[in-house]
Amino acid sequence: MTQNRIKIVENILNANDHLANENRRRLSQHDIFSINLMASPGSGKTSFILATIKALIADAYQIGVIEGDTAPVTIDSDKINAAGMPAVQINTGGECHLDAVMVENALNQLPLDALDLVIVENVGNLICPAAWQLGTHSNILIASVPEGDDKPYKYPNIYRGLDVLIINKIDLLPYIDFDMDYFRRGVEILNPGLRSFPVSCTTGEGIDDWFHWLKAKLS
Amino acid sequence: MHELAVTESVLDIACKHAQKAQATKVTDIYLVIGRLSSIVDDSIEFYWNIISKDTICEEAQLHFNRVPAKLVCQECAHEYILEGDLTACQNCQSVNIRVLSGDEFHLESIEIQR
Ligand SMILES: Nc1nc2c(ncn2[C@@H]2O[C@H](COP(=O)(O)OP(=O)(O)OP(=O)(O)O)[C@@H](O)[C@H]2O)c(=O)[nH]1
Ligand SMILES: [Mg+2]
Ligand SMILES: [Zn+2]
Repeated sequence: MTQNRIKIVENILNANDHLANENRRRLSQHDIFSINLMASPGSGKTSFILATIKALIADAYQIGVIEGDTAPVTIDSDKINAAGMPAVQINTGGECHLDAVMVENALNQLPLDALDLVIVENVGNLICPAAWQLGTHSNILIASVPEGDDKPYKYPNIYRGLDVLIINKIDLLPYIDFDMDYFRRGVEILNPGLRSFPVSCTTGEGIDDWFHWLKAKLS
Repeated sequence: MHELAVTESVLDIACKHAQKAQATKVTDIYLVIGRLSSIVDDSIEFYWNIISKDTICEEAQLHFNRVPAKLVCQECAHEYILEGDLTACQNCQSVNIRVLSGDEFHLESIEIQR
């Protein structure tokens, strides 16, 4: 019997990353722009998707939504369907994040030929989704004012992989002790120059700027 | 966080490479994990003992090499190790910081018998 050391050096999430790349290729082949939307529970992910659908619907864009939840509920996907767009609900069975396999399965259930945009609403969680690539073109985080201004300092990983940051519920700024400079300083350390859009899904403030950014990606 | 899914990936990678090397047994697994990844060693060990049963990796010892999170200030070139909370440059207070290490997350090697 011999004892040997074998060098491997393989990323632990290699299999997931590989499949994520497949998903991205598939979406690109269909000329679809795609978004992985991450946030804490209740930060306004579904509200933001609905506001985006409302803004895009006038221009006849078709948007598919993948809804991730840890329980077998269809509350969020029902809202998307009610707004006239196809949605697939994924029940992660308690898992704290979506992964590339779940997204691949969901893509099989969407009419990809008809779509311009796919938005994935990840499970409400600031830790785990950061590690799992889904294969979307853009990683977007919604931070909402009531969560507090210290979140970049407490959950640094999720900020580091972002392409866009949405700061939601700015209509609540007058009522909440939220130091925007302190918040932005934390973001700047983690992700210098990160594009951000302060919005309120309730009043519609700021949604136009976001909409212009998105439209440029769609055309 | 998601230690079970991570542990399953470690097992998959280790088994795949052990089979390729025609091993009869895997005795040690060396992991390199940066401080910035929120992974708890103890829960990986816990899941490991359960899921590695009846595989070629059963009873293999896990070794964690924890790489410190090292930052460098882009303004004054000061380098420092992140111990606790995220901070601006400890020398000049700039927020123009780059991460040098701490993101590592890979299976480095395995020790096998054959
Ligand atoms: N004041 C205010 N409330 C908002 C805003 N956006 C969303 N909300 C409210 O916040 C609550 C949660 O919104 P959702 O859109 O369901 O949040 P979510 O992130 O999808 O929640 P989960 O899917 O359960 O994690 C709802 O009561 C929304 O009406 C906003 O801009 N301002
Ligand atoms: Mg929701
Ligand atoms: Zn400095």
